[in-house]
Amino acid sequence: MSTMGDEALLNKPGLPVPKATVISQPHWDGCKKGQLLVQHCDECNAYTFPPEIVCPQCLKSSLLWKQSSGKGVIYSFTVVHRPQRPEFAAPYVAAIIELEEGWHMMSNIIDCDIDSIEIGQAVEVSYVKREDFSLPMFKLLTVP
Amino acid sequence: MKKNPLHDIAIVATYNTRQSRRLENENDLSLILEIIRGLIDSAGVKTSDIDGINISTPVWNLKPREALQILNSETRWCGNEFMGISAVLEAAGAIATGQAEMIMIASAQAGEYTSGESTAPWTRPTHEFIECFGLYTAAEFALCAQRHMKLYGTTPESLAEVASTIRNNGNKHPKAAFYGKPNVSPDDVLDSRMVTSPFHLLDCCITSEGGAGLIITTAERAKDMDVDAVYLLGAGTDRQGMSYTRAPVWDKCGDIGKRAANRAFSQAGIRPKDVDVCEFYDPFSFEIIRQFETYGFCDLGEGGDFVMDGRIALDGEFPISTNGGLMSFGHSGTVQMLQKVTAAYDQLCNRVPDEINVANAKVAMASNGGSGALFCDVMLLGTEPA
Repeated sequence: MSTMGDEALLNKPGLPVPKATVISQPHWDGCKKGQLLVQHCDECNAYTFPPEIVCPQCLKSSLLWKQSSGKGVIYSFTVVHRPQRPEFAAPYVAAIIELEEGWHMMSNIIDCDIDSIEIGQAVEVSYVKREDFSLPMFKLLTVP
Repeated sequence: MKKNPLHDIAIVATYNTRQSRRLENENDLSLILEIIRGLIDSAGVKTSDIDGINISTPVWNLKPREALQILNSETRWCGNEFMGISAVLEAAGAIATGQAEMIMIASAQAGEYTSGESTAPWTRPTHEFIECFGLYTAAEFALCAQRHMKLYGTTPESLAEVASTIRNNGNKHPKAAFYGKPNVSPDDVLDSRMVTSPFHLLDCCITSEGGAGLIITTAERAKDMDVDAVYLLGAGTDRQGMSYTRAPVWDKCGDIGKRAANRAFSQAGIRPKDVDVCEFYDPFSFEIIRQFETYGFCDLGEGGDFVMDGRIALDGEFPISTNGGLMSFGHSGTVQMLQKVTAAYDQLCNRVPDEINVANAKVAMASNGGSGALFCDVMLLGTEPA
């Protein structure tokens, strides 16, 4: 089991919390409600993440927050043995998730057997509380 | 074809301080002064000959415009703080457009990294979608390497070959932070502890203190000076936005630097096979493999095999990071990017010990950045003008 599945370790004091901005706040608010929100452009149908002020594809200001299915696959991952800072309990899995809608985000894979993680595995969002935030992390959809 | 003004520019001097994990009793201002004096001495010029500068330090926070006051000479141009190939390119542009005739570029770092508990401050992102998941520079580059290994079957042994080669160059350079260290075999790399898979400790660059600088001027002026001149043959930048703020998705950033290299080779009128020395940016072993593919030295997916069998050794077809690069020579602040250019100059001018001197090297390629950093700049330099 990954130590990253341990709620106490995931909430250890000193772990960094997101520095939300005016632009990103709706995403973090969504996480608190159990919704993975991503910007979507009604004009050109493109998804934008991390959040931006306009759609980088068509420059229209018509970005609306849309709820993602929260399902996707592991696009790439790394097992981190040397933590970013000592408060993180290593080893932990950092990954790029490719969401079903085709957009990508960085996150952690939790509750997993670190040695059996593979690119392409199906994952689903799972929220982990840290201070006043809910962080969108991911769990494997089917346990091998 | 219209002449490229870049071809009228030459580097006429370089200077490296001693690089070390820690430089006791130094700060980045003391190092900058050493570099300025060293460059003026090496080029055989007076301070009043320097009419443009781009000098900065990250700890003391010396800005280029403040640095003008140190030289207090005939300066009329000053560059932006960004170091490395883009700083050299910016200065070359200033000379080509008549804003200055002789420009000094320098930076140094000391006294910043004091704790061994966390990763070095300048490798630790603060972005809201990165920091909270425990990512940092090495982990982000690892995400690119891991994807490449999955797609093309690139092996840890190829990564280890790269790291071993670079480290065994650096331990022979007297100014390298790891000078005098014992040789490292590919097995040693594979046996070193895992930092962030697939990178073992010895796949990763070091952090250190030190500084460097160079002087560039017109090719015409260089002829009148008692110096070794190295000419700019071509250059290019490739940028995708801020580093370490978004996922390094291989499909988008895996070939970053390709447009830069294509432009540089086209400007220089040469091809990858004409390059004698590869002073490639080497924050992590995998990036060397990626660059050989991206710049057109080999096909996509073949980089892992390409770096084997001695091809990247000092006596091979494409020697890499001949001074030890970021894995052994030094990795300080942003000056380490400039040190890819100084490494190219020093190698082409035979200013390195015989042991690591590449015989008859006439063309060098320097690079900065990489996949995980979402930017990649390259520069081609030669002992003869283009």
